[in-house]
Amino acid sequence: MAIPEGEIMVVEGKKFRIEMRRDRCKGCEICVEFCPKKVFEADELGRPVPVRVDDCIGCGACELRCPDFAIEVKSKGVS
Amino acid sequence: MSRRSKEVSWKAFLREESLPHQWCAGCGYGVILKSMLYAFEKSGLAPKDVVVVTGIGCWGKADDYLYTNTVHVTHGRALPIATGIKVANPSLKVLALMGDGDSATIGGNHLIHSSRRNIDVTAIIANNLNYGMTGGQYSCTTPLDSRTSTSWYGDPEPALDICRLTETAGASFVARTTVYHVGTIERYILMALSHEGFSLVEVISPCPTYFGRYNKMPKAPIMLNWLKDKAISIERAKNLSEEELSGAIVTGVFADKKGHSFLSRYNEIQARAKKDLEGE
Repeated sequence: MAIPEGEIMVVEGKKFRIEMRRDRCKGCEICVEFCPKKVFEADELGRPVPVRVDDCIGCGACELRCPDFAIEVKSKGVS
Repeated sequence: MSRRSKEVSWKAFLREESLPHQWCAGCGYGVILKSMLYAFEKSGLAPKDVVVVTGIGCWGKADDYLYTNTVHVTHGRALPIATGIKVANPSLKVLALMGDGDSATIGGNHLIHSSRRNIDVTAIIANNLNYGMTGGQYSCTTPLDSRTSTSWYGDPEPALDICRLTETAGASFVARTTVYHVGTIERYILMALSHEGFSLVEVISPCPTYFGRYNKMPKAPIMLNWLKDKAISIERAKNLSEEELSGAIVTGVFADKKGHSFLSRYNEIQARAKKDLEGE
């Protein structure tokens, strides 16, 4: 999955939308480890790639635990 | 998840143009900062009503990312300056952000006396168990026998328990949690903000760059799981022996006392003095 640098990357799942800011991410892998549904996989720099975005249950654990303000989970239809 | 929309959103407190912040990958301070902003949102405070005083250290950089009033002061002296601001203008909500070195080591005396005075200031102590900014030297909160850059074969000194110290010294709200228990950070900070008197929240934070790397935990998830394993709630700790508790991180609310704070006592004395002088 090609990921653009320096802009908000929006990935749409079945129920939830994950917005990631790659310019803020430092690749600590906290979101990869603590996602209960294992939505993310780390790329070579440790940054998350949402490979199983349809599994997202919208718990917001990644958003809450991200130290870098780099990830947000939103319900579809909410801007 | 997007949070419930409040009058003032947590993003109103965050200086987003300063991001990405200067903390290392996996540092827990970003999580503490975010939890603090969530607590600001829930407390209904506006950025102009809040004064954040920070000392020196990694956590002392937190003021760079805040839109509240901020003061960045010398090492260990955040509490005296916060005390001065609060007494001069009691309508402000004053917070002192300090690391473990700032609060307990160099500013230890101020911590004891702010607790004793029970001044209406909220101290948020981010404890990463070493001096992260200067290269991972051991501080007074480094666990016994840990490897740091100045104690390569083990730290010979036992760690200082900040919560027990301030509780004994007279602080009326004392709580400790870790970055792993992320929901409780917001809850305790919110409790501290609404508390009358000296309130202190200590958050144990992972430092994968120094403390973690020297102690076989080079990545943030490993350190967070270590914090999870080490943490014992204060309710459970009551029934455990000292041996079982050695090396454990006791989390929970240590003290939550209602009563007189410095300002309420001071106002009483002021009224009494006024009455006395007018009577003459």
